[in-house]
Amino acid sequence: MEVMLSVIICFMIIAAIVAIHARDLLSAIIAQGFVGYGLVICFLMLKAPDLAIVQIVVETITLIIMVAVVLDSSRWELKVSFDRRKGGTMAASFLFIMVLLAYFNRAIAGLSNFGEHTLRMSEAYVTDAVSQTGSLNLVTGILWDFRGYDTLGEATVLFTAAIGVLTILRLTGKK
Amino acid sequence: MQGMSVIVKKTAQLMSGLIFVYGVYIITHGHLTPGGGFAGGALVAGAFILLILANGSEYIKLKRQEEGSSVLESTAVLLALVLATAGLVAGSLVFFNNFLPAGIPGRLISAGVIPLYNIFIGMEVAAALITIFLALVIYKEEISK
Repeated sequence: MEVMLSVIICFMIIAAIVAIHARDLLSAIIAQGFVGYGLVICFLMLKAPDLAIVQIVVETITLIIMVAVVLDSSRWELKVSFDRRKGGTMAASFLFIMVLLAYFNRAIAGLSNFGEHTLRMSEAYVTDAVSQTGSLNLVTGILWDFRGYDTLGEATVLFTAAIGVLTILRLTGKK
Repeated sequence: MQGMSVIVKKTAQLMSGLIFVYGVYIITHGHLTPGGGFAGGALVAGAFILLILANGSEYIKLKRQEEGSSVLESTAVLLALVLATAGLVAGSLVFFNNFLPAGIPGRLISAGVIPLYNIFIGMEVAAALITIFLALVIYKEEISK
């Protein structure tokens, strides 16, 4: 499975590079869709079907929106000449990537083997949730007790969405 | 927005009350049965959206309704935050602390503050969905003028 995953991730990286460099914006979007659906296959192989479903929906919606945008505006990428000042930025980002990779390498050494999760937390949730929170519904107990910050974030997302819709759709301002 | 036929209107009137009560049940029993604030809030919002869709936008005074639901939404988020901060003050200095007694698991009034959080988040979700829907309806009306 690791070989299969590596192959898919390699294809995704190639598709991402193609998406950046393609002249035709439509083919860039298709390459970008390849990245998204490759991620769906990765999620399915890593036994996360719910995440895969969400990824399919999000990927499809973004693809449709981006295709609509490209068909509505120009289809060819604008010509951008290479700026000499970008050299410094590229060197800095390359250095940053190298430092990050070094730290990731050190962090991976401390992880357990691929595919063997440590089930410490989930076991503690399943066995102690009812006695600690008093909530028979395990999901609600976890959502509002152990992972309260996550749920607050979700509520904030919805709140922000409503505010954003009101901001965009109001033609006349309130007095 | 135009209303639909008499059959649809009558059916929507009969059903929306039941849907509303079911949503409230899902919210208040969130700590006992599957569901909770998010699912129940969507049901409550669905009851109102069904009524508006069936009866047309003349049915409710839209301008005031949207302001009301927007205020209710903000208030619900604020109340949830106040409750979380109350845990910080009342308990052992932990944000989102469950400071009320847990009670007997399985009773309706149990699990400390979790039912309160569910109610507030149900209010928030319902008000947010209705706000978005009403904003879209009002936008369409304003554009077609």
